[in-house]
Amino acid sequence: MNPHPDLTSSVIHGLGWYYLIVFFMNLYWTVRSYKVDGEFASGVPVVGGLPVAAVWACISSVLLMISVAHFTGTGSPDTFMIRLPEFFKNPVDAFFADPVVYFLGSVSLFVFMVVFREWWVKDSVAWSLLQASLIFMGLSMSDYDFRQIVGKPDNVPIVAMLFIVAFLTWIYFRRATDNDRRVAEGRPLFEQEDNEKVLVWPDLVYTELICMILLTALLIFWGIGLEAPLEEPASSVKTPNPSKAPWYFLGLQEMLVYFDPWLAGVVLPGIILGGLMAVPYIDFNKAGNGYYCFKDRWFAVSTFLFGFFPLWIALIVLGTFLRGPNWNFYGIYELWDVHKVKAANNVNLSEYVWSLFGGVPTGSDILTILKRECVGIVLVLGYFFVLPPLLGLTILRRFFVRMGVLRFLVFSNLILWMAVLPIKMVLRWSFSLKYIVGIPEWFFNI
Amino acid sequence: MSVGDYIRNSQIWRSVFRHPAPTDRRNRVVVMLTNFFLHLHPVSVKQQGIALSYTWCMGGITFFLFLVEALTGVLLMFYYRPTLEWAFYDIQALRDVQTLGIMREIHRWGAHAMVITVWLHMYRVFLTGSYKPPREFNWVIGVLLLVLTLLLSFTGYLLPWDQLAIWAITVGSNMARAHPFLGGEGPGFQLLNMGGYDLITNASDAKFLLLGGRFVGEATLNRFYILHCVAIPVVVSGLIAIHFWRVRKDGGISQPL
Repeated sequence: MNPHPDLTSSVIHGLGWYYLIVFFMNLYWTVRSYKVDGEFASGVPVVGGLPVAAVWACISSVLLMISVAHFTGTGSPDTFMIRLPEFFKNPVDAFFADPVVYFLGSVSLFVFMVVFREWWVKDSVAWSLLQASLIFMGLSMSDYDFRQIVGKPDNVPIVAMLFIVAFLTWIYFRRATDNDRRVAEGRPLFEQEDNEKVLVWPDLVYTELICMILLTALLIFWGIGLEAPLEEPASSVKTPNPSKAPWYFLGLQEMLVYFDPWLAGVVLPGIILGGLMAVPYIDFNKAGNGYYCFKDRWFAVSTFLFGFFPLWIALIVLGTFLRGPNWNFYGIYELWDVHKVKAANNVNLSEYVWSLFGGVPTGSDILTILKRECVGIVLVLGYFFVLPPLLGLTILRRFFVRMGVLRFLVFSNLILWMAVLPIKMVLRWSFSLKYIVGIPEWFFNI
Repeated sequence: MSVGDYIRNSQIWRSVFRHPAPTDRRNRVVVMLTNFFLHLHPVSVKQQGIALSYTWCMGGITFFLFLVEALTGVLLMFYYRPTLEWAFYDIQALRDVQTLGIMREIHRWGAHAMVITVWLHMYRVFLTGSYKPPREFNWVIGVLLLVLTLLLSFTGYLLPWDQLAIWAITVGSNMARAHPFLGGEGPGFQLLNMGGYDLITNASDAKFLLLGGRFVGEATLNRFYILHCVAIPVVVSGLIAIHFWRVRKDGGISQPL
């Protein structure tokens, strides 16, 4: 008996329901597509002249067949055909199970999202992306290790959050690109059309009431359907491996890979919060107050989205789903093997530098330490004190002129702090750099 | 006269609701002004400002979840005892034995949901540029509420006193140990000393303050319980009141200027 079965009869049964729901979603979409999408251009090979809805009809019927197969084919889970093949899982794990690929991938996704916003917000494109991710989820659930990590009770909300965030981001870009076009054509904003005053009772009060009822129902069903986690009684001698902070702090815990706790756990979170509070005081742009838009605020929005997606959400996903024992990186279909070894032989900047001059100076008095770390110290000071004025006089001159000295210094420092994590990541990956300034004698490592 | 009319015309009913049902325009205005709970709202708003695809309803949902957490939290407090002896077993009994043990599920899932909806509310407010003048300060209060929401969730995480709880808090509170100047293993703590004695040691640093001891233990449980059930909720309630009040005073719900 396999202790880690990819499929069991209850999983197959659950997936049957899952695919049935996806089928009904696509059935609805087929009808909608038949009404609004029209036909493929007659020049398109194979499908030219056919209604677009035909494609969705095919997808729907395949989904229905898949669903029925799950309900009727539960005789022996081991031989059930509809599952993710190993030849798919292994390359995925081998390629993506790496922080470099993962982080660069999330950054590319972010760039793609912003640059191709006009394309992916289209109804049919967005729907196709949603369906692709749902089918990916469904197929992946046929893998034991994927199910273990995604199905952990505390992780379920994170999966839900990903879909909700994607949906709301879609709404944002849809309304923003619409308003951008309106501004370009000199038409009134979407928010300004049909904008009569209405009475709060009933127009708002009823919405709130319905919302409260739905939420209450959701919480009760969620509470019945999914038991809150409770592990063994606390024991201060049995350290779990991995020990993880609550999921919303896992972005911060991930930073511990690259920074010491005083930076990752105290200074950087402080800067994040301080920076968020400073946002309204450094954003001098008057456009986009109270309506969705992208073009007129592209810098502010892109910066915020960069902080929100690659640097927050993606790191939480990384910390929750992909970091296993010893904080090693595990692929989504990979068993959390405690014995997985990842050689880490990181070197301080000072060791690099002094190897050119015949060895690191030894000694524990202040002057020797400062001398040992002088290059790193100069770099760090330059980064935070010389770079801002330089930026203000060159590429960020426009900001500097509009903001004034104090505002600009705060702004440029926040931007530089935001770049600190990606910079350290790249340095670690390319040069195995441990610390830029490494003074363990004073617990002062950067 | 029907029973309904009899009740609505009785002295008791009319002492509670000072005007007829909000079925016509005048009374729909009056109800907003005379009802304590409804008077958080203005009488009328712009149609697009309350469209769901504009507001996403996330701020309202967050507030509602806060109320759910308060209600289920009080019910749980009747049952749960924050001691090493009982904490875990009380939660276990809530799961296995108690009739209304589902309150714990609702409380925990509501907490997760609240963290997410706070983020999404902030996300929406940023994307609509609603933090811009005149609402700058309300954004700052919002950031404080975000921090307090995370702290509420963090302090609550310890209370079940299982492996998940103490190790998550251990990982989290190890950060406090590294606090610059105030942590026993943070940079610069040696600077705070008097006559050669360190003021900051592992028995007097920020982590000790947070945990009430050098490790997560009984004192920590007590400390987190008070923070979770009393101290932080009180502050949050105050800030929520200011947050709502400022929405009204800073020009109402956000709209194109």
